[in-house]
Amino acid sequence: MYTKKVMDHFSNPRNMGEIENPSGVGTVGNAKCGDIMRMYLDIDENGIIQDVKFKTFGCGAAVATSSIATELVKGKTVEDALKVTNKAVMEALDGLPPVKVHCSLLAEEAIHAALWDYAEKKGIQIDGLEKPKSDIHEEEEERDKISY
Amino acid sequence: MEKKIYLDNAATTKTKSEVVEVMLPYFSELYGNPSSVYEFAAQNKKALDEARLTIANAIGAESAEVYFTGGGTEADNWALIATAEAYQQKGKHIITSNIEHHAVLHTCEYLQKRGYEVTYIDVDENGVVKLDQLEKAIRPTTILISIMFANNEIGTIQPIKEIGELARKNKILFHTDAVQAFGQLDIKVDELGVDMLSASAHKLNGPKGIGFLYIRKGIKIRSFIHGGAQERGRRAGTENVPFAVGFGKAVELAISTMKERTKKETELREYLIKRVLSEIPYTRLNGHRTKRLPNNANFSFQFIEGESLLIMLDMNNICASSGSACTSGSLDPSHVLLSIGLPHEIAHGSLRLTLSEENTIEEIDYTVDKIKETVEKLRNMSPLYEDFVRRR
Repeated sequence: MYTKKVMDHFSNPRNMGEIENPSGVGTVGNAKCGDIMRMYLDIDENGIIQDVKFKTFGCGAAVATSSIATELVKGKTVEDALKVTNKAVMEALDGLPPVKVHCSLLAEEAIHAALWDYAEKKGIQIDGLEKPKSDIHEEEEERDKISY
Repeated sequence: MEKKIYLDNAATTKTKSEVVEVMLPYFSELYGNPSSVYEFAAQNKKALDEARLTIANAIGAESAEVYFTGGGTEADNWALIATAEAYQQKGKHIITSNIEHHAVLHTCEYLQKRGYEVTYIDVDENGVVKLDQLEKAIRPTTILISIMFANNEIGTIQPIKEIGELARKNKILFHTDAVQAFGQLDIKVDELGVDMLSASAHKLNGPKGIGFLYIRKGIKIRSFIHGGAQERGRRAGTENVPFAVGFGKAVELAISTMKERTKKETELREYLIKRVLSEIPYTRLNGHRTKRLPNNANFSFQFIEGESLLIMLDMNNICASSGSACTSGSLDPSHVLLSIGLPHEIAHGSLRLTLSEENTIEEIDYTVDKIKETVEKLRNMSPLYEDFVRRR
């Protein structure tokens, strides 16, 4: 059901772990729905992401999307990292099964949450960055209720 | 281990070679239609009758009370829908439990949309149906109680005899979904007060695609599939003779080996449970500690998610299953695990291992080692575990 890329990132996740005293950290998702992602960013004075780490509770796709997302933002400027969308995450993994698309949204949201925390700590504003949703599942649950 | 370790026998079982062997002649050689009059087809009629008798004997019923179906799901659908239709003059109320298989739950939802009322009885933390609640739920309009014999996920065996007595005392029909229990437990319909019973061949080393519904003589439930006179006119369609023959053989083997087989499985299961609970912290066993199917073990590992665990076990050639949302195709984890009171995040981290007589202690040891390794790896990856360690 998963592509080779997904399986590769799931079995050998890149940048898994924590960063002590990170420039920004963000946690999204909820345990009720079965996935939580946490992203740590280490951003230098020029606004370049020097290091990134993740921790994820979730299915194979959740782990793989977090892993690839760290690769996609590492070494980038804050502005470029903001351009990493869930679509980019999906493409980099050669696709996800339809029921797992929300995992890529969660990865995008986790990066945004960590950037938001960074901006708050620094007291700056990042153009185009909105306050992250604390839980992307809310919409999904609403949608589910309607379809029943 | 190079070899596959199959620990998902509640999903399905291997069709035994002895079973396949007795089925084979009925495809290309003895292919006659049992309803035909000529001698060539008579053998098929005879084979069908023999299979039916073997099954009837296994549950202490008469041949004429056993109806072949396309599987356990069809038998459940039939029992519920046909009873509802036949007894609607008496009332439109049905009692079942929260932890039934979807074959029963979704059929109940179907009936609810058509004007029937269904009461879903709760289970306790071990997954045992609350008898006092069941008794209180009975109304003058109750026409059917449907409670599974043993649960497919957590293996808990239900107090079938007590429920049978309650049903009889109140003159209500009692159906039990015995898909997981048949072949593993001794089932005699008269002793248990069961009026209808569903079972499936592929859970006991028979072929997929055949099951049966036992209907006690005198129950006026209607035909479910309309057409010819097969199955006493109640389930039309040319009988699947090769599958029925295979089912009969599988039942014969399951009954004759039940005692020693389940003893071996229980020993292996106990060894598995003991090792997992003592070697992996923050782990619980789901389901009743002792009143459970001989081959079922179901665990919850805190801080991790079940699908990840399954994929990693699969990489090590271990076949298992989970009640996590990701494996159910919805956002919610297993309704059974939620019904026994597990919080969502713990229900997501469940693992079901269902053994067969072919499993060995070496396989169990290897499996426990791999579970241990994988749980540790996933916990190191888990933000929930990280928070837990920080709080400590």
